[in-house]
Amino acid sequence: MLKALRVGWFIGIRQIKRANVWTTSLIIFIMMLTFLNLVGVSGILVGLIEGSVKANREQYSGNVLLTTPKGESYIENSNYILQTINNTPEVRAYTARYLDSATVEANYRTRRDPNALRDSIGAQIAGIDPVKEDQVVHLATYVVEGEYLLPGEDQYVLVGANMIQRYISDFGEGFDTLDDIFPGTKIRLTSGEKTKEYTVKGIVDSKVDQTSFRIFMTEAEFIRFFDRTNLNINEVAVLGQESVSEDGLKNIFLRSGFAEVAKVQTSNEAIPQFLNDIKLAFGLLGNIIGMIGIIVASITIFIIIFINAVTRRKYIGIMKAIGIEARSIKWAYIFQSIFYALSGAVLGLIILYAVMVPAFNAHPIDFPFSDGILVAPINDVMFKFVLLLVVTLIAGYIPASMIIRKNTLDSILGR
Amino acid sequence: MIIEIKNLTKTFTNGKLETRVLKGIDLSVRAGEFVAIMGKSGAGKSTLMYQMSLLDEPTTGEILVEGVDVLKLSNKAKTKFRLDKLGYVFQDYALVPELTAGENIMVPLLMKGLSQTEAKKKAQGALRSVGLDGKENNRPSQLSGGEQQRVSIARAICEDPQILFADEPTANLDSASGSNIIEVLRDINKKGQTIVMVTHEKEYTLYCDRIVHLADGKIVSEEKLK
Repeated sequence: MLKALRVGWFIGIRQIKRANVWTTSLIIFIMMLTFLNLVGVSGILVGLIEGSVKANREQYSGNVLLTTPKGESYIENSNYILQTINNTPEVRAYTARYLDSATVEANYRTRRDPNALRDSIGAQIAGIDPVKEDQVVHLATYVVEGEYLLPGEDQYVLVGANMIQRYISDFGEGFDTLDDIFPGTKIRLTSGEKTKEYTVKGIVDSKVDQTSFRIFMTEAEFIRFFDRTNLNINEVAVLGQESVSEDGLKNIFLRSGFAEVAKVQTSNEAIPQFLNDIKLAFGLLGNIIGMIGIIVASITIFIIIFINAVTRRKYIGIMKAIGIEARSIKWAYIFQSIFYALSGAVLGLIILYAVMVPAFNAHPIDFPFSDGILVAPINDVMFKFVLLLVVTLIAGYIPASMIIRKNTLDSILGR
Repeated sequence: MIIEIKNLTKTFTNGKLETRVLKGIDLSVRAGEFVAIMGKSGAGKSTLMYQMSLLDEPTTGEILVEGVDVLKLSNKAKTKFRLDKLGYVFQDYALVPELTAGENIMVPLLMKGLSQTEAKKKAQGALRSVGLDGKENNRPSQLSGGEQQRVSIARAICEDPQILFADEPTANLDSASGSNIIEVLRDINKKGQTIVMVTHEKEYTLYCDRIVHLADGKIVSEEKLK
């Protein structure tokens, strides 16, 4: 066996070295494209959703999100919750949010006709500590016009871009929106009998709805405006230390009894279920497309090795005639297949991790609901790497066997 | 006798059409003998050599090489037998184009279990013995027809075979190169190598011990030259 391998290697390596450079380059290029197709298509499809999940985590939920349980108005015993979080060493930062609904009205100062339709919409108002909110979800980064809210700026608000007409004109007439909202514009919030005017300090635009569909004000002003008599909050986004997993952090909170008063979710659990479903569907779709790629690659290798072996049939016959074992000749072709697949896949790996992944991270594809990135987890990529090698090995073995099995003399005489 | 052939027949079948190419051949070759098989085109001389050299299977008959009934060997055993006992020189040189002259000779040596260094050394020696010293790194396309045929002979003899089969080794060569090849074969034979050569050119049988004349699949005469 070892002898057969050694002779196969001796012949195979020389056949590769002395083959036409352009032909070899073209085959390797095809294998590289196949590999990139295999990992890239599913990676981009999953990345569309993963981008959304990532955005949700970075811009809204943190690693673990505590929300108000169904049927409740707020997270009870918030003081205990916040103190516990504050004292948990696995927590890097956290931000608490107060949430309530209000009617927002704009352009009321320029409305001449009292019977004309008011420029108003219903909106969710979030009371935040601007410093903590920025630490956890980098809210200041998403201010696209104007400036970020500072602590104590109680007369100012940040308005989510999805409530402003000019930001979502592409969505059609599906949403009620406000016209002519710019930094410095006055808007009026109404909750129950209470109405108050605020100045728009900035506009925040993000692909996470919870950010772009909210109006942010300082928590002190929120408590005043909504007459909150208790200090119970509605949402807490927590960032964990690098050393702790999201599940680990969630379990710490569960052990502290948070589940009795709040819904505790990791960032993955906090995304809408439809996103998870789409993620699975896209992954499956990517794998199907990838499998088609694998079939194309195996047929390519089959044809290459078949043509290679057919055109060398005479020499295969001669080698058999002079006593070279058939399996040595088979090995020579298998080595060639492996060489093509390995070279293409390694080149693909380099392009994937040195060019594509960093490029997608730096310049994600701008989709309406997410910044599409290329998801290429190393274990999945390596599985596909090995899969490509195995498939091409088989695709090389079959035609080589078919030709080598032929009668020695028929091969020599070309019969 | 190093080769003994008894009542050998070969029939090719193509659908219902049967062509009897060899019609009961009895032939013996002594060790160290240089035998030429001659005949007109279609006489069956190459077919006879293919049967003798285990490249093809006869329809009926018996072939003993060094007393071994080679037709009873498995395909794998036949390959091993060819590697260990037989050498081949083909009409069109039959060198693997991707391998250099030296590498073409090395391949069967590696198959025999020699290390690359040993095989390389032996290949260089074999090339030297056929007058191609220093040509080991030339690819077949960089050699003339005569040189390629000498590489082919070097590949065949460096395995120290019991019998060397040469199928019209001069057919693709000019007269000078052809004569040169025959002289190389004569030199090898002088060292005790058994050679069975198929040819249709009388002038190249000059150094043979015996000529076997074939016609219509039968041995019609034998001519002893020495």
